[in-house]
Amino acid sequence: MLDLETVGEVLVAKLRGELDLKTAGELRQGLDRALDGFTVRHLVLDLENVSFMDSTGLGVVLGRYKRLAGAGGKLVVLGLQPPVRRVLDLSGVLRIVPEFNTLKQAVEALRRGEASA
Amino acid sequence: MLNRFRLEFPSRAENVSLARVTVAALASQLDPTIEELDDIKGAVSEAVTNGIIHGFGASPEGTIVVEAVLYGDAIEIYVEDGGKGIKDVPKAMEPEFSSDPERLGLGFSFMQSFMDSVQVDSAPGRGTRVIMRKQFAPRH
Repeated sequence: MLDLETVGEVLVAKLRGELDLKTAGELRQGLDRALDGFTVRHLVLDLENVSFMDSTGLGVVLGRYKRLAGAGGKLVVLGLQPPVRRVLDLSGVLRIVPEFNTLKQAVEALRRGEASA
Repeated sequence: MLNRFRLEFPSRAENVSLARVTVAALASQLDPTIEELDDIKGAVSEAVTNGIIHGFGASPEGTIVVEAVLYGDAIEIYVEDGGKGIKDVPKAMEPEFSSDPERLGLGFSFMQSFMDSVQVDSAPGRGTRVIMRKQFAPRH
């Protein structure tokens, strides 16, 4: 459910499947372990292969946002499927988390310090 | 009433998806839009998660009952737990009220956004019953 790759100080996490109570804990641990283990400042969440997210899954996203913001880093998202976009939008997360169309655009904006919602 | 089912399962995390997929399968019999199905899946997911987390404190030892009733143009969904219940229902339904700092408190707020009506019957020690209704848009 989680593939990780680093590009400089950006961690790219590709998520797969459905983000709910069953999968949230494992995802939270996987992301936090990666953020602990690498000297990364920013996180790109590629949600293209995430078909469902509820408020429990959203909690994982928002929790990582807070963690990174506390350390001067940024979280950005891409590949939002309609049900995932709806939840991010309804909760107001898209007002604070920037969205990009491609991974290349996301990484370049983060490296230039130009990623804002 | 066109069709109905009653599903009873232990309060385990993997049953959140079991419940939402089962209710969506019943709703599919009315040929709803993808958005309507996504709304139903989202609302069921929130209600069942609330039962597991708040009703039973995340213990898998509880029992959750989901009933869904399909009418000609609407679905009614009942999610019931025999857990600890809610002391102050209006407060629990406020957006971003959460009894747990690790959680967002958006569950009821999402249910209300996704469904046409959401009613909560609960009392401490007597479990919680969430009744949700969604009217499908006319298709023809």
